[in-house]
Amino acid sequence: MSEFNGILTVTVFLPALAALVILLARPLNLEDRVIRWFAILSTVAAFILSLVVFLAYDRDVGGVQFIDHLNWLSAETIKSSYLLGVDGLSAPLVLLTGILGLAAAFASRNIGLRVSEYFVWLLLLESAVMGVFVSLDLLLFFVFFEFEVIPMFMLISVWGSGRPRYSAMKFVLFTLAGGAFMFVGIFAVYLTGAVDSLTMVPIPELGIVGIADQIAGVDLIAPASLIFAFFLIAFAVKLPVWPLHNWLPDAHTDAPTAVSVMLAGVLLKMAGYGMIRINIGFFQETNGFTVHDAAGILSVVAAVSVVYGAIVTIRQTDMKRLIAYSSVSHMGFVLLGLTAIGGSTAATQLGGINGAALQMFTHGTITGLAFLVVGMAYDRTHTRHIPHLGGLWRRMPVIGIFFFVAGFASLGLPALSGFVSEIMVFLNAFPVWPWAASISAFGVVLAAGYVLWMIQRTFFGSKPPEGGIPDDKFDELTDAEPLDLIPILALTIPIFVVGIWPKVIVDVFKIGIEGILR
Amino acid sequence: MVAQDYWALSPVIAMATLAIVLLSADALLAERMFGGRRWGSKRALSWIAVIGLAAPTFFALNLWFGWIGDSTSSPVVYGSFTADRFTLFFQFLIIGATAAVLLASVPYLEQFKDSLGEFFSLLLIAAAGMMLLVGASELITIYVALETTALPAIALAALRRDGFSIEAGAKFLILSALSTALLLFGLVFLYGYTGATRIDEIVVRLAALPFEAGVPFGSLAVMFAVLLIVAGFGFKMAIAPWHMWVPDVYQGAPTPVAAFLSVASKASAFAVLMRLLYSLSGFETVAQDWQILFAVIATASMTVGNLMALSQTNMKRLLAYSTIAQAGYIMVGFAAVSVASSSGSTTSGPQSVMYYLAGYAFTNLAVFLAFTAIIHRTGDDTIEGLSGLVKRSPLLAVMMVIGLLSLLGMPPTVGFMAKAVVFSTAVDQGLVWLAVVAVINTVIAAYYYLRIVGLILFGETKDTEPIKPGTGEMAAVAIGVVGSIVLGVVPWLILQLIDDSLTIV
Repeated sequence: MSEFNGILTVTVFLPALAALVILLARPLNLEDRVIRWFAILSTVAAFILSLVVFLAYDRDVGGVQFIDHLNWLSAETIKSSYLLGVDGLSAPLVLLTGILGLAAAFASRNIGLRVSEYFVWLLLLESAVMGVFVSLDLLLFFVFFEFEVIPMFMLISVWGSGRPRYSAMKFVLFTLAGGAFMFVGIFAVYLTGAVDSLTMVPIPELGIVGIADQIAGVDLIAPASLIFAFFLIAFAVKLPVWPLHNWLPDAHTDAPTAVSVMLAGVLLKMAGYGMIRINIGFFQETNGFTVHDAAGILSVVAAVSVVYGAIVTIRQTDMKRLIAYSSVSHMGFVLLGLTAIGGSTAATQLGGINGAALQMFTHGTITGLAFLVVGMAYDRTHTRHIPHLGGLWRRMPVIGIFFFVAGFASLGLPALSGFVSEIMVFLNAFPVWPWAASISAFGVVLAAGYVLWMIQRTFFGSKPPEGGIPDDKFDELTDAEPLDLIPILALTIPIFVVGIWPKVIVDVFKIGIEGILR
Repeated sequence: MVAQDYWALSPVIAMATLAIVLLSADALLAERMFGGRRWGSKRALSWIAVIGLAAPTFFALNLWFGWIGDSTSSPVVYGSFTADRFTLFFQFLIIGATAAVLLASVPYLEQFKDSLGEFFSLLLIAAAGMMLLVGASELITIYVALETTALPAIALAALRRDGFSIEAGAKFLILSALSTALLLFGLVFLYGYTGATRIDEIVVRLAALPFEAGVPFGSLAVMFAVLLIVAGFGFKMAIAPWHMWVPDVYQGAPTPVAAFLSVASKASAFAVLMRLLYSLSGFETVAQDWQILFAVIATASMTVGNLMALSQTNMKRLLAYSTIAQAGYIMVGFAAVSVASSSGSTTSGPQSVMYYLAGYAFTNLAVFLAFTAIIHRTGDDTIEGLSGLVKRSPLLAVMMVIGLLSLLGMPPTVGFMAKAVVFSTAVDQGLVWLAVVAVINTVIAAYYYLRIVGLILFGETKDTEPIKPGTGEMAAVAIGVVGSIVLGVVPWLILQLIDDSLTIV
């Protein structure tokens, strides 16, 4: 009963393999340039593979495809297998990881400190995230979910700015604390009498029954609400949801640009993905408690996240911190979309979750782009303090244009991808939770405020007379180089494509979510 | 005694013989034959010791596979010793730990030029005692074997003969005596109540005795016996609340000795306690109270170990508290005795404990021995002393980091897998709260392990002189690191072995 296509295994471990090669080649003392391009090429290869996976995913057949299945762990109380596969939910996220990995590697071209180590960790990070999205075994999912912490810890600690060690440790402790709850949740699910595999989704070809079917209508070993909460806490920390968002601004602000791009672009999405796959996937027909019961309270939390995040965003003076807090607000929309599961019609449920999934994809590209261009501006001006900036448009119009694109997509301008996902979330959440959705709508208004205000203060107007960049330095500021355009375009193209023709992603997500809804 | 008895004891005998050979070699050969080049020839002793370990290894393998001679898994020597696979599993663990410690301590031992023979023979006698202990199936034998391990260990702890070391030895001696006294009390209760000293007979007689309702463990005698025995072994396993000696002794004792104590001594105590208590686990009342007892001990041990480790500045003390916490995690598996398992498994508890112990042995040896190599060259046993280690010895630093991450329980190392298996058994037994406490503890532990990892990798150091460990040290650490990764990535290798070794349940 095993099957091995190999393409996903290669996609996941290709960056890790490249990292290993870099590590083994260290005694050769290769030039930094060689290492850099080797790493970049390996992310290009991973991107191509992820694109192949996304395009080759057969939408007419649906279900789980490209399965890699081997037995892995079989203790008395826990049996787990090495099971990779993609369904409609994970295929776009695999593509997103490929895109962001590529962008992050290109954005790291200017790293000069301990170059080989840097790329080793960055590539391992990409492998870990890719692994999260394609693991269909719950324990394997958890292994990748936890492993990602180590590269992040290293990347922020060594290559970060500000208070990197503090932020790195904070990130790790928050994530591990959340993960700890999930760890117990996994056992609790697995050890429920009727469960005999840790596979998250049903795979009829292999005769595998998913956990959701196994625990439907069965008394769980602990109250279903408790297990639900264990999983939810882990993902709520990661998403992040107010009031567990505290680590995010620090981690983002102090991380190097490429790591912020990865963090905002894909790491947060692991949480949204987990919520859909596990919190919604598993707990629809459980005894005593279902996800529908939690939707109401979650919609309130989502609304608070959106509005609180947006209000805090407005008063930030550090550009990266500002974008970081805007992430809290935008990820609140993801949660809001998910609460449509409390709706009475299947169409509402499907639409809301689909909107949430799309919001994850679009936020990944939009915020990734925002961090990228802010990083580029910072590389040149050496300050992110907004009152010290101004008039940058004159010196760097190209960076400015893409800053505009990211900003407008973020505030939900039609024809850009942010609009599509947010409208999907609102349309489907409103009939279910009118109050929460209405309050959340203010998040969009506030977003317009903080985005436009930031652009105005940094790129327009004139250079501040005091505290800013000295005149002679200001005149020497340069615009983006041609190579900078590669990561920028890698993130901009999806923003436009999804904005204009959302079907390309939405339809794939739909296949996956239909499979998860019961 | 019959031939079968000798075969069953052959690994222990080989180990003890090796100890005597080394002691004689040290006394006779070194001085007379090699004349002036005393240290040079003494150094050869360590290689004799390492290579000599092939003998007990061979005899243990022989018993496992039954190549030659009579091997049996039923009790021999009038029922006092059982050379079943459970025993052999732990004997392999002890031999392996001894080999790794010997391998890594060769350069470190330069400071013990005059007492090298003593070091080796004491270590090997302690190892022989442990090998006897893990197979002991009779109360007096347990006691004698335990003393055989304890006395050499005390001498080893005091071997450095400076203030700290003497203090460590004295403390170890007094508390060790106290703990064996408690143990003896416990054994006496068991004997007095049942009139037997053989474990298999005790089980038979207990079954015939009445169980009182409402009294923990069915009767006061059994309750006192279990509590006192657990207290006695608690010292050896270094679990709270019997952990007070651990930081002092680990700090004062030579570092390889601390490594040996933290792995071999702990594993053998866990083994014998498992054998003793699992034979009683058939009695449902016993098992239920046992579950509560060990759940409480596990909670105390994890929490105390981790909280105390947070504020340590001395690396040896920190590692000591870390081993206390690790023992707590193992205790979680202990608490998962099968009373109302939801998976219907009866062997999940001991299986998880053995898996954890095996993984812990590799991981902890990697960390301790890497630290031995460092401290020998820097003489600095503070945590700050590890600062910037990666610049001074990249390979050693990376291996130590992997070891620390495994202790913390990061995938894909065995630390993670072992925790997954142990905690899952706890949930399986309905001890969800214990699993929650345990995982919260791993998060607390993350802080201090990662602090060290951070120092090693990112710390500043004034001293940039490279640290160049010898081949033996590197090999020992590398075995530990490779073991902790392999057991984590391909757990079925060891789990299969453990399933074969679960002869006590």
